[in-house]
Amino acid sequence: MSFEQILFYVFSSFLVLSAGAVVTLRNPVHSALALVLAFFNSAALWMMLEAEFLAITLVLVYVGAVMVLFLFVVMMLDINIARMREGFAQLLPIGIVVAVLMFGVMYQVYNGDRFAPGDMPVPTPHAADYENTRELGLQLYTTYVFPFELAAVVLLLAIVAAIALTLRRREGTKYQAPEKQVVTRREDRVRLVKVPSEARK
Amino acid sequence: MNLLRSFKSLFLLELLGGMRVTGRYLFKKKFTVQYPEERAPMSPRFRGHHALRRYANGEERCIACKLCEVICPAMAITIELAERDDGTRRTTRYDIDMTKCIYCGFCEEACPVDAIVETRVYEYVGEERGDLLMSKEKLLAMGDKHEQQIAADRAADAPYR
Amino acid sequence: MIELLQSLLQWLPESLQVLAIILIKIVVILAPLLVAVAYLTYAERKIIGYMQIRIGPNRVGFFGHSLWGLGQPIADAVKLMFKEIVIPSGADKFLFIVAPMLSMGPALAAWAVIPFGDELILADVNASLLYVLALTSLGVYGVIIAGWASNSKYAFLGAMRSAAQIVSYEIAMGFALVGVLMAAGSINLGEIVQAQSGGFWTWFMVPLAPLFVIYFISGVAETNRAPFDVAEGESEIVAGFHVEYSGITFAVFFLAEYANMILVAMLTALMFMGGWLSPFQGLPVVGDTFLAAPSLIWLLAKASIFLFLFLWFRATFPRYRYDQIMRLGWKVFIPLTIVWLMVVGAVIMAGGIGPWLH
Repeated sequence: MSFEQILFYVFSSFLVLSAGAVVTLRNPVHSALALVLAFFNSAALWMMLEAEFLAITLVLVYVGAVMVLFLFVVMMLDINIARMREGFAQLLPIGIVVAVLMFGVMYQVYNGDRFAPGDMPVPTPHAADYENTRELGLQLYTTYVFPFELAAVVLLLAIVAAIALTLRRREGTKYQAPEKQVVTRREDRVRLVKVPSEARK
Repeated sequence: MNLLRSFKSLFLLELLGGMRVTGRYLFKKKFTVQYPEERAPMSPRFRGHHALRRYANGEERCIACKLCEVICPAMAITIELAERDDGTRRTTRYDIDMTKCIYCGFCEEACPVDAIVETRVYEYVGEERGDLLMSKEKLLAMGDKHEQQIAADRAADAPYR
Repeated sequence: MIELLQSLLQWLPESLQVLAIILIKIVVILAPLLVAVAYLTYAERKIIGYMQIRIGPNRVGFFGHSLWGLGQPIADAVKLMFKEIVIPSGADKFLFIVAPMLSMGPALAAWAVIPFGDELILADVNASLLYVLALTSLGVYGVIIAGWASNSKYAFLGAMRSAAQIVSYEIAMGFALVGVLMAAGSINLGEIVQAQSGGFWTWFMVPLAPLFVIYFISGVAETNRAPFDVAEGESEIVAGFHVEYSGITFAVFFLAEYANMILVAMLTALMFMGGWLSPFQGLPVVGDTFLAAPSLIWLLAKASIFLFLFLWFRATFPRYRYDQIMRLGWKVFIPLTIVWLMVVGAVIMAGGIGPWLH
């Protein structure tokens, strides 16, 4: 077994283990952290396929930002573990159905005529000065520029929608406006009034 | 006016002004006093460790009038008295609990004979619980030891009393 | 140097030789880094002391000489190493111990791709800029896991603040870096430095001045340093995420914070100040002397300027309020960077202005 094969088996077994841990661990925070580990291992696998841009982007976007927000939410929710376990027996049949379906789909894909092991040639290793990032950029901005821009517009729409959803002013709530606070000067708030002195009656 | 303000905040002028101040202070003369080697000047009215004084002939000043005991806001002073063989009124016990004392100096002010005084001594420690419970003997020894400094301080402060 | 090492390691099998040389290189980078971290804490106390008209630590020295307190960081480290690690009741023990390591790991791992000179680099990765960006964004895990695992309200508040803050500032930071890679035409740090050669007016801090300022300020926010240290906020939430930590676990958090500071300073020097290029390059009189030669010393000097700025900021500015931090990140920095990216893009399309952005 070559060094690369050993690495592959190490990373992929860790990937399977951590993916299993995501589902089986009781504590949701632990599950989220196991998911982070799974992302890391898949990034390592991509790195071995010389897809360093995708690997680093996976870490940067999913681990560095998405999972942080995920953890943020999971930590804030005080999830009652005992109550979640109650429904186990009731939900088991549905779970089994879903699992069987998933397995069937994956089996079909694996045995189909497009993604079977024999249909995927082993990528030829590139020279050291080959830049995956540059190639990806060239493809994205020439051949696939239209789908790429379309995806960008969809994402922009999502951003606008998310902001529009949160951008509501509730009546009767007081808000701070930092942009007004920081430009406030003494003259805006204090008015010196000259009051003539009066003689005592 | 608003334009000037946004110009100022965009180019962080106020923040740079703040940094100029701290930058200037970086080179100012430092006024740290390197304590064990250097000491800050001390007033003759400094209120530190207590002492009981004696007259020049060796007779203790305290006449057990108990004014200090009465005025002490922390009730740190305990006095017991008895008539001495020569018929004078003297203390048999004069304790100051230094852990209670708040160093207000009222005892010193109340004393009609300048017997109980507060000295400039402020570096004292107790390693055991009883060490900070000052007995009459300890206080008198303190007075004997620092009599010169105490007398000089009283003399320096005399015109203002 | 490498040849000498190789000849010394002849007795090892071929593959282990490579590994041994890499390990030695790692030590050569990390050992000075950790010393620098230790003495950065000393410099911080000294400089902030001076700015507050004090003199800072000046007692602990070596062999009976006080030497301006130069022994202080070592004394602190030894003290912290021998202190007890208190694990609070109800804490998640495993994560509680792992959290400091998680904050230390990325802070050190990012140094793998930092070039110190034309050839002085541990791993010359093509996408080194992305790698650094990815690793600096991982540092937040140590903070949030520490905050959650401590089972303490203060620590948790600190962790939540830190998570939101770092995710927000990463965007501004990323945009600033996009400007750099547009100007340099590469995401390799070595090539970015090479693209700046020509003289101090061709350093990217000139054409990308707004991005330079925004990157450095975001870097301050990303490392949770004053005035963006709401995650610690000692006057409001005691010490934030590391309130429950003691002994060596606390020291590791400290090390990570300072290692990150040095990293951000180094990156700023590399990407905006021409890295190891000399400021005298291309000048009429000194341009041909030894002063104009690129060297590691220039890089370290430039990084030191930014480290000094970190300390200067801390001595000068009061802490931002949380909503002000968010406003600054989202409503000021991100729009500014996007506008400047468009300017940079337009100038590059037009073929550059003067010596810049070709």
